[in-house]
Amino acid sequence: MVGERGIMSAHVVPKKTYIAVWITLMILTVVTAAVSRIDLGKVSAIVALTIATGKALLVVLFFMGVKYIGQKMTIVVIVAGIFWLAILMVLSMADYGTRLWS
Amino acid sequence: MSHSPAVVTHDQVHNPALQHHFATMEQQQEASTMGMWVFLITEIMFFGGMFTAYMVYRYMYYQAFVAGSEKMDFWWGTINTVVLICSSLTMALAVRSSQIGQRKALVVLLIITMLFGCVFMGIKAIEYTGHWKEHQFPGTNFHFEGPDPQHVEIFFSLYWAMTGFHALHMLIGIIIVGVIAFYSWRGKYGPDYYNPVENVGLYWHFVDMVWIYLYPLLYLISHKHGG
Repeated sequence: MVGERGIMSAHVVPKKTYIAVWITLMILTVVTAAVSRIDLGKVSAIVALTIATGKALLVVLFFMGVKYIGQKMTIVVIVAGIFWLAILMVLSMADYGTRLWS
Repeated sequence: MSHSPAVVTHDQVHNPALQHHFATMEQQQEASTMGMWVFLITEIMFFGGMFTAYMVYRYMYYQAFVAGSEKMDFWWGTINTVVLICSSLTMALAVRSSQIGQRKALVVLLIITMLFGCVFMGIKAIEYTGHWKEHQFPGTNFHFEGPDPQHVEIFFSLYWAMTGFHALHMLIGIIIVGVIAFYSWRGKYGPDYYNPVENVGLYWHFVDMVWIYLYPLLYLISHKHGG
């Protein structure tokens, strides 16, 4: 029998969840586009990146199914990768961001 | 003979998609997903280098980046963001169709995903043509009316490199989705074997995610948008 769960132990996400994620992503796109037209000064970059990260999280957790991954090792790989990216960015800025300090 | 009859028990024939170095389909599936993520991490580091370069130069020459961003077309950028988000939905639904064995839906959703990808590439081609004609491609032809043109050129170098590599990934994605659509139509994938569909889905969503960051970083720096 092939039910909603399939033969394998894989988690089949309900269609409704994907549609809800899609609607949220569309709303966030409209919000970030609309907000960008207002002059917020320095805050605008923070707002834009926060919304972008929110969208990226929705894509990773639901569309890429990280929320449903059963294998712990895969989670370790993903977290390690993001950590490496953080090393690259934070240490680079720790250099360039402080060069003008005196 | 090396084949001992004890190993092959034919009352329980294994799935033809199960490769010999895996014990079970579940193990093969988990290894496949983790392998794909390892590849995606290398992709994150590849794009991460360019994002870091962007961050450093934006910090150093913020006004030039604002001036360059004002030459971006706000509407094309926004429409392309919407197109990619829609393509991610159809891709997620395609993977779901393969999991529950809906062959027809799987093929149709993969083809729709490809079409969204082609729309994205078409819009990108229109934008590139405009930037090229406006002398906004870095090099001897580069020309910018306004202060600090050499640092505006850095913005455009990063714009072409980042969106160019993203577009290359889109192109590869469209081709692979096409190949997967062909095999799906031939009935290769179903509830007990869908790793390739899942992996091309992971790739597609990753490329979509890169654009989710490129859109605000390149198009939305200034509140005075072009287009």
